[in-house]
Amino acid sequence: MRRGRSGSIALVSPALLWWAGLLVLPVGLVLAYSFFQRGIYGGVVYDWTFDNYRRAADGLYLRILWFSLRVAVEATVVSLLIGFPVAYFIATRPARWRTVLLVLVILPFWTSLLIRTYAWIVLLNDEGLVNRVLRGTGLVDSSTRLLYNEFAIVVGMVSTYLPLMILPIYAAIERLGPELGEAAADLGANAWRRLWTVLVPLTLPGIAAGCIFVFVPSLGNFLVPDLLGGGRRQMVGNLIQGQFLEARDWPFGSTLAVSLIAMLLALVLMQAWLSRRGSGEEAARAI
Amino acid sequence: MRSRTTRAAILAALAVLVIAVVAGTATARPSAVTLTISNWDAYTPENLIPSFEKATGIKVKLAKHTTNEDIMGKLEAQNGGGYDIVFVSGPFAESLKKRGWAARLDHKQIPNKKNLYASASTLEYDRGNRYSMPYTWGTTGLCFRTDKMKTPKSWWDLLKPSATLKGKVTMLATDRWLMLPALRVLGYSINTVQPAKLKKAANILKETKKSLLAYDDTTFYSKLDSGEAYLVQAWDGWCSGDNPKIKFVIPKEGSDRWVDTMVVLEKSKNKAEAHKFINWVLRPASGKAVSELVLYKTPNKAAMARVRKSLAKQYPHLAIPPKVLARFETERDLGKAQPLWSRTVSEIVG
Repeated sequence: MRRGRSGSIALVSPALLWWAGLLVLPVGLVLAYSFFQRGIYGGVVYDWTFDNYRRAADGLYLRILWFSLRVAVEATVVSLLIGFPVAYFIATRPARWRTVLLVLVILPFWTSLLIRTYAWIVLLNDEGLVNRVLRGTGLVDSSTRLLYNEFAIVVGMVSTYLPLMILPIYAAIERLGPELGEAAADLGANAWRRLWTVLVPLTLPGIAAGCIFVFVPSLGNFLVPDLLGGGRRQMVGNLIQGQFLEARDWPFGSTLAVSLIAMLLALVLMQAWLSRRGSGEEAARAI
Repeated sequence: MRSRTTRAAILAALAVLVIAVVAGTATARPSAVTLTISNWDAYTPENLIPSFEKATGIKVKLAKHTTNEDIMGKLEAQNGGGYDIVFVSGPFAESLKKRGWAARLDHKQIPNKKNLYASASTLEYDRGNRYSMPYTWGTTGLCFRTDKMKTPKSWWDLLKPSATLKGKVTMLATDRWLMLPALRVLGYSINTVQPAKLKKAANILKETKKSLLAYDDTTFYSKLDSGEAYLVQAWDGWCSGDNPKIKFVIPKEGSDRWVDTMVVLEKSKNKAEAHKFINWVLRPASGKAVSELVLYKTPNKAAMARVRKSLAKQYPHLAIPPKVLARFETERDLGKAQPLWSRTVSEIVG
């Protein structure tokens, strides 16, 4: 038995190393830095202080955080509204089509995020294709601005993270199979009813996972607000990046990062708790 | 300047994985000294290093950084070591000096210093060039479309744009330059650390933000070119391209004199060779190559005299005389006031 256990430790050790080296250590460093001070000319002075946390609890930064949360929620909701139907569509195609469609979903990941983001600038700017077409059809007038605002930021986030919404929902729908839906149809449930009483409740873990996958990176993204938002609104990612680079204030940047990590962690734990409770109920019902 | 901005940093960092170019091979004579130098990408003329190696027998390993902040971070990680020479902007040279990481330069070993303009030794961040030698310099002003507006004269043209310009102007996003126009119209130093003055400047800039198309450090020229913007705040060297309808002016309230410099690190074990390299860069031929590659002015009088005349016609900012630049302040390290500056900028932008 003892040998078996050491064998399994050997098997998981690469994962443990990866986890310790690339997650625990850096996050630990960030946590430690958050209690130090910035040197007068940059750098880190290793004197303990809580001052950074006092600075972070500033109405200004809370406002930026609030704006970031709003954008991340908007991006998540739009991604869900697009992602769920797409995932359903793919999951209900014949098997050979599914592979092709899934490849199409992840295809954008093969292009640099930067290039994809710039493509939106080309499309959405005042003299860009989208604006000219819309103006041509008379739907909008020349004062309509599609770029350098919150709308553009959300568009950028959705186009970046949509695959992360589609894939887990697809997996959940595919795993569910068509049988339960067919049974519900046989019993007289219409499509709407089947969606809300069968499909959505049973794929909820996939939906929740997709929402987390979109929400979390949206909250921390700094490239999209910079380029598509025209830098006119800061998100918390921009704030942190600015502290590390422009301000050379690693301790304060770390403090902001720790605060963000703590918030996201709370969110993920909540999601895990909800989904466990959900599956617990399911198990109880099965008995 | 080329990559001074954080935006450029992100762009460059994401667009390419920067890999240090390692010159020399294992077969080189083991006794030969190798200098490790870090400069911005695309900021070193192609022939500069080979000609230096050939003339002196000293090998050079050229590393590249994307921004000042990038190289400062690398130095931080190595406690001020790892390189013999680093190229950084003025305030960063000052920071290196204040932290004891910059070596005192021995001017006797840099005879080509005589090629510099006299005003190149009045740089406030390092008077007398004791810890840094200037490599390129320039200023910040307004870049605009001559077919869309009259020539702007004041920073107010940017800060309070006329009705036709609303939504057609951009400002630089990096803190030092974002604050500059408001500080200048108020008659304050671009290095001010007084909270009341920063607050007054911030109030102007918050109002300006409503009329801005974007804050932009990297693509403002193409925005002018496409007609998305008519008037942008720009570094002189960046307001140069092929569009004849785009021109550069320095507003009457004055501006800055930014400088990119070379610093020998205190921890360098090859200081004599490092001085030789700096002396090589200050040769007229080297300075000419620098200017013609990056299309910035250099503080090297002998070099500027040799820059192709046709080039100055095509890029008029190259002809801005050093006595105009010398009227402006150079950026200083903000020291203790940096957090206040950061917060002020967040307040404007956030």
